[in-house]
Amino acid sequence: MSYKLQFAELLPYWNVLLYGLVFTIALTIVSTAVGIAVGTAGAAARTFGPVWLGRIVAVYVELIRNTPFIVQLFFIFFGLPALGLKLSETTAAFLAMVINLGAYSTEIIRAGIEAVPKGHIEAGLSLAMTKWEVLRRIVLNQAFRKIYPALSSQIIIVMLGSAVVSQISAEDLTYAANFIASRNFRNFEVYLLVALAYLVLAMLMRAALRALGRVIFKAR
Amino acid sequence: MLKRLMLAAAIATAAVATQAHADALDSIMKSKVIKIAVPQDFAPFGSAGLDLKPQGYDIDMANLIGKELGVKTEIIPVTSANRIPYLQTNKADLVISSLGKNEEREKVIDFSIAYAPFFSGVFGTKAIAVASAADLKGKTIGATRGAIEEQALTSAAPPDATVKRFEDNNATIAAFVSGQVDLIATGNTVAAAIAEKVPARAPMLKYVIKDSPCYVGLNKNEPALLAKVNEIITKAKASGEIGKLSEKWLKAPLPPGF
Repeated sequence: MSYKLQFAELLPYWNVLLYGLVFTIALTIVSTAVGIAVGTAGAAARTFGPVWLGRIVAVYVELIRNTPFIVQLFFIFFGLPALGLKLSETTAAFLAMVINLGAYSTEIIRAGIEAVPKGHIEAGLSLAMTKWEVLRRIVLNQAFRKIYPALSSQIIIVMLGSAVVSQISAEDLTYAANFIASRNFRNFEVYLLVALAYLVLAMLMRAALRALGRVIFKAR
Repeated sequence: MLKRLMLAAAIATAAVATQAHADALDSIMKSKVIKIAVPQDFAPFGSAGLDLKPQGYDIDMANLIGKELGVKTEIIPVTSANRIPYLQTNKADLVISSLGKNEEREKVIDFSIAYAPFFSGVFGTKAIAVASAADLKGKTIGATRGAIEEQALTSAAPPDATVKRFEDNNATIAAFVSGQVDLIATGNTVAAAIAEKVPARAPMLKYVIKDSPCYVGLNKNEPALLAKVNEIITKAKASGEIGKLSEKWLKAPLPPGF
């Protein structure tokens, strides 16, 4: 055990690492925003929509939650071109993450919706609020407040899971780490540094989400 | 214990040295059998067929040499790691096992002239016109991260070419087959395997990145055997028999100048 740590060997690759870091952050933010929109629509469709729509959403949710993310990603990137749909690695990564988070957040948000007492909805309707107003101001408002911590955790999981997109040559933080390791063989240093980067990123995101939650759900 | 091991090693070395002194070609002709080590885990050069017998380029080559010598060919399946020890301990007279030449190996064994092309290069479908690294402008090329051809490509490709790096060979192949990349940087054997399984995306050689052909390996100080093997290979090249092996197993004609 006389391994000499040489972090200096990573210095020439700082721009590769920086690019990967920015890519991971951007991919997470964009796919999280779209993914939660998908999840909200899915949850609303499952609770309030027609039966057939609810069934379709249920199939989607079960299909995604019961298959590995990397298989979904490979199917989109390597499989779909056979049907004539050729997506770039960035688009494929984005799409896979949206579809994945969409399915998980559908169930999380649905749990929140179902926790809203029926009486609140009836009260809203009897006050002559439209269906949309009830959904937005009574149901979703309360639902999101309840499930916000669970949703935040799911977003962090998606960010960490995004490491897998390096497998289809999307140039994220893990891709940068793999690239550097294949050049200077400093596996210990590279993966230690990148693990720390993910750790810091996850902690910062958690703090940011908590602050965001305080702004959105101001105590009234 | 250590002393005894060293003694055993010394005896073994001496035994190998004395055996090697007998002329190998003479003893092959006398016993009417030539023992040839071939790969068992490296298609298309050598792998187990459906009948579990080794088959491939190297096996055909071994049989060709036996036939030319007029003796029986005894096929000995070996792995990459033990093929040279088999030769050194006289368990095999020749090693025909997709063996490349390098300095370390040249210190311990001799090599014939090349009998099979083995190289890495940039491959693409017929429709794509590329003849050198400069032509990769605006193209996307798939390669396996860390492989020699990927590193060569990264330094040689023009800045507006996109090198997409994948974790392993299978992902690189999948990217090429599905059309996610225009070209693939890989070995000629991999290209042959793709051509066989997906004829619609058959990869044709665009240019060579690194050439490391295969040689027949044999023990040092066997000039008669070496000369004979070289003579057989030269004859088979001229008669087109090696070209046929290339077409059969590598799905491509011999590269120009081979």
